[in-house]
Amino acid sequence: MAEFTLPKNSVVAKGKTFTAQEGTKNIRRFEIYRWDPDTGENPRIDIYELDADLCGTKVLDGIIHIKSEIDSTLTFRRSCREGVCGSCAMNVNGKNSLACTKAISDYPDTIKIYPLPHLDVVKDLVPDMTHFYAQYAEIKPWLTANTTPPATERLQSKEERDKLDGLYDCVLCACCSTSCPSYWWNSEKYLGPAVLLQAYRWLVDSRDENTEERLNQLDDAYKLYRCHTIMNCTDTCPKGLNPAKAIAETKKLLVQRKA
Amino acid sequence: MTAKHSRPTSPHLQVYKLPLTGLISISHRITGVLLSVGLLLVVTLFCAISQGADSYAAMQSVFNVWLVKLIYWGFIYALFFHLCHGVRHLFWDIGGGFAPDKLNWYAKIELAVAFALTLATWIFI
Repeated sequence: MAEFTLPKNSVVAKGKTFTAQEGTKNIRRFEIYRWDPDTGENPRIDIYELDADLCGTKVLDGIIHIKSEIDSTLTFRRSCREGVCGSCAMNVNGKNSLACTKAISDYPDTIKIYPLPHLDVVKDLVPDMTHFYAQYAEIKPWLTANTTPPATERLQSKEERDKLDGLYDCVLCACCSTSCPSYWWNSEKYLGPAVLLQAYRWLVDSRDENTEERLNQLDDAYKLYRCHTIMNCTDTCPKGLNPAKAIAETKKLLVQRKA
Repeated sequence: MTAKHSRPTSPHLQVYKLPLTGLISISHRITGVLLSVGLLLVVTLFCAISQGADSYAAMQSVFNVWLVKLIYWGFIYALFFHLCHGVRHLFWDIGGGFAPDKLNWYAKIELAVAFALTLATWIFI
């Protein structure tokens, strides 16, 4: 059921402010969501003033700078720092994105950073992705074939391979799913844009032989049809992919097979 | 591993900046509900017309109140807006109109067309 307000334990309070040293010229304000599982106190916003001349150019560089120079307790996920791993997905100034691909200079002087929306928070900017990954596993994200394997690889034509472009590129950062109001209210039953894009990736793979079963699984009022084409997913995808389009194509496949 | 304290839910509506198409999507729902309720007023209007000259005149005097006029034209704009977004949904259903860089453009078109249709109604009624 949709709950538009935050539960009592999730209401965000004011936190500490770490002011920049006097004489700092290029000050940037990072307002960051903090939650400490050890104290159990409500989440708070800590404010960090940092010297943009001393850190790298991306939002993730700013956060890493805070952790190494200002407050080592700040917790977040990061790995590749080049938009490939999908670890540093977070909400930056109201929009989900990968912090490593967003330039600090593209934002106003104050940058507000929250964990991905409507997830359980493990600590600070680290949300619990267990359910998201379980939903991904549910669609069997691997090649399934029932026929005897050929002597060589299962080949594809260039055209067949082209169909996977814009689908296989997804890094499962969950920016799209957690931008989707439908997923916020129904994540228990609705698969969400990221998982549905992946489901479509296996539907259109010419080598997969279980298209029917895959479509049967998706033909559900919640799993697929909770998508109401709100388009937040496509708007927010940091890889420039189009989950909404993939979902629409899946709906078309279902209509076509009934015809 | 169990957490000592129950985990909070991260902020969603409180922090997310809905893009234009997202705002239109929720407006589409809200106008849908309001238009359904508004249909009751339309029925009242028909009743007033069917009950003769006196009730018609009474209805007209109510419609001269500026607030009622505003609701009336708001209803008409909401109707056209709802229609335009419905048409956009039809395009989406056949797999078109998904280009990320065109989303705002299409959104503005539907708002403008709804306004133009309202204006046309105002001119011709």
